[in-house]
Amino acid sequence: MRHIISLLMENESGALSRVAGLFSARAYNIESLTVAPTEDPTLSRMTIVTSGSDAVIEQIIKQLNKLIDVVKVLDLNDGKFIERELMLVKVKATGAFREEMKRMCDIFRGRIIDVADGSFTIELTGSGNKLDAFIESLDKAAILETVRTGASGIGRGDRILKV
Amino acid sequence: MEQSSKQFTGAEILIRCLHEENVKFVFGYPGGAVLNIYDAIFHQDQFKHVLVRHEQAAVHAADAYSRSTGKVGVALVTSGPGATNAITGIATAYMDSIPMVIISGQVPTYAIGEDAFQECDTVGITRPCVKHNFLVKDVKDIAATMKKAFYVASSGRPGPVLVDIPKDITAHLSTFKYPETVQLRSYNPVTKGHLGQIKKALKLLTEAKRPMVYSGGGVVLGDASAHLIKLIQALGIPITSTLMGLGGFPASDKKFLGMLGMHGTYEANMAMQECDVLLAVGARFDDRVIGNTEHFLSNPRTIIHIDIDPSSISKRVKIDVPIVGDVKSVLADMNDIISAEKPTQNTAALAAWFKQIEEWRGKNCLSFTQSTEFIKPQYVIQKLHEVTNGEAFVTSDVGQHQMWAAQYYPFDKPRRWINSGGLGTMGVGLPYAMGVQFAHPEAQVACVTGEGSIQMNIQELSTCLQYHLPIKVILLNNRYLGMVRQWQEFFYENRYSESYMESLPDFVKLAESYGHVGMRIENPSDVEGALKEAFSPKLKERFVFMNFLTDQKENVFPMIPGGKGLSEMILAENL
Repeated sequence: MRHIISLLMENESGALSRVAGLFSARAYNIESLTVAPTEDPTLSRMTIVTSGSDAVIEQIIKQLNKLIDVVKVLDLNDGKFIERELMLVKVKATGAFREEMKRMCDIFRGRIIDVADGSFTIELTGSGNKLDAFIESLDKAAILETVRTGASGIGRGDRILKV
Repeated sequence: MEQSSKQFTGAEILIRCLHEENVKFVFGYPGGAVLNIYDAIFHQDQFKHVLVRHEQAAVHAADAYSRSTGKVGVALVTSGPGATNAITGIATAYMDSIPMVIISGQVPTYAIGEDAFQECDTVGITRPCVKHNFLVKDVKDIAATMKKAFYVASSGRPGPVLVDIPKDITAHLSTFKYPETVQLRSYNPVTKGHLGQIKKALKLLTEAKRPMVYSGGGVVLGDASAHLIKLIQALGIPITSTLMGLGGFPASDKKFLGMLGMHGTYEANMAMQECDVLLAVGARFDDRVIGNTEHFLSNPRTIIHIDIDPSSISKRVKIDVPIVGDVKSVLADMNDIISAEKPTQNTAALAAWFKQIEEWRGKNCLSFTQSTEFIKPQYVIQKLHEVTNGEAFVTSDVGQHQMWAAQYYPFDKPRRWINSGGLGTMGVGLPYAMGVQFAHPEAQVACVTGEGSIQMNIQELSTCLQYHLPIKVILLNNRYLGMVRQWQEFFYENRYSESYMESLPDFVKLAESYGHVGMRIENPSDVEGALKEAFSPKLKERFVFMNFLTDQKENVFPMIPGGKGLSEMILAENL
């Protein structure tokens, strides 16, 4: 099953490679991994999207907790949470495509953030599924380039991950 | 005040940190990036620096110093090849959870990343085989980093910690104050076990019909042996041990069933398979211990697991009653509850269980046919046990000789059996014996080895000469890489691919060339006399290299073939 794991770790050089190294050394899946400093500059927050059986996920959480640089770990799937990902898509926008792209962008509540002679760049935010759906609804030939941030997640209501 | 404003070089600060940690031995090898540190060592005499002949041996020796004393072992190596040579030693210690601090030199901070001479990314290379590591980028951080390194290495589930120090940092000046305490918000190892879980575990154990205890290296590392003995005596239940746990419970006690696992005894493996309640203490259900996991789980049993590392619990086998905590503390709590509550046990069922165990024991699975023609390796170990009154520290390398040492030298005390269990590193035996002999200068130290393994760190014969280490090497020389040959015989239809050891040196002359005593023993009738001579007062101060030419075709039994279950052992032909 797909799980989103959030963790707080010391904002030190090498901390990221400890986490990435753990996943490769123990053959755990990583679907995506995002990391950035938090409002407390000594801490970084990482969101890892992974998948595995309940036993594997339990081991992943334990192994992450074992890393000396990791301060706190939370499996978001243990409760209610919100997940968002940002995608930038550069699409062909010539002739009839131009109107079509604008319409698709509106339907998915995206924003056109760059307009050039032959192309638009669309910004889209949502769950991974929504971003997938947008890509699938476009004509493959129209897609020039895509870039995705990977998922970020946060618990709902009073589920708070903080030191 | 004056003291705190005095300036020291980074190297001097490092040495002072080692003094503060009460380090007695540093095993190392100098080189360019650690010259400042070696200069500071020249000016001190609070610890002894032991000059090895290869960095791998420095780490192994420091590792064995720790295994035999419980203290943190310390090794010092230079940058680049010094650090890469140390990797095998570090990985060996990591797999067996040995508390160590390894200090490595690094090229100066301004040269890092420029492919400088003797540069490698030591922190990157060692990351997967250390508990934690540090790169010190400021002389002001040395003291705090060293404090953290010793704390992390020795607390919780122990392990090696590496501190990488660039050369310019060891020359920079700073004041010195060693922190009295250390606090890491991200690292708070649990010590006390959950009392509710402990009570639940005891209830299961006392009500069990076929209870069994399986103890591991955690009992030895956690100094929990006395508490384990007390528990077993109070409950009167059978116990087995992993390779790493040998000595944690006295082998001479009737309740001890011997080692379990791939080369475990018939009675230990059968009891492990057939028990209804299993208590695992400081062990990790390793693949060499429980054999085929599905086969193991095909018999229903309730499993209790005490371990300080939560990630060891339910890793390979689902645990019914997990108890996260220091084994010593948890066992002490168990003993307290037993003393207070005096729980009743199912004595009739327990008697029947022991009757069954005695039947299994009756197989006499470690018996072997003595020969007048060839020296049987098992016989050498049995005689070694007799001659040393079972009191020696025994180190081993990896292979058949290691298993024979584990099977035929019963250990009654912890920290006497020193070997590489997890990583299975050939070449540890001699440097392990060095580390043990430094820690216990008056003790008898025997290194049981094979002609394959001993040659992997044979250069240390020179170190043994320099420091007059009276180690006794027991070489079981069968002219084969025995364990490889055994597997090839069983599973590859006798195709002995590259497992034959040709062009062996004359070990007697080799030992003599290093100033040691060499012996060559070819006849079974000479075994006992030779061992008595080697351990006699006459040779007490000497390093003795005993080359026993043993039966080439002897195999280790019992044996669980790869992928098979605990009760699917192959026994020796005579059984």
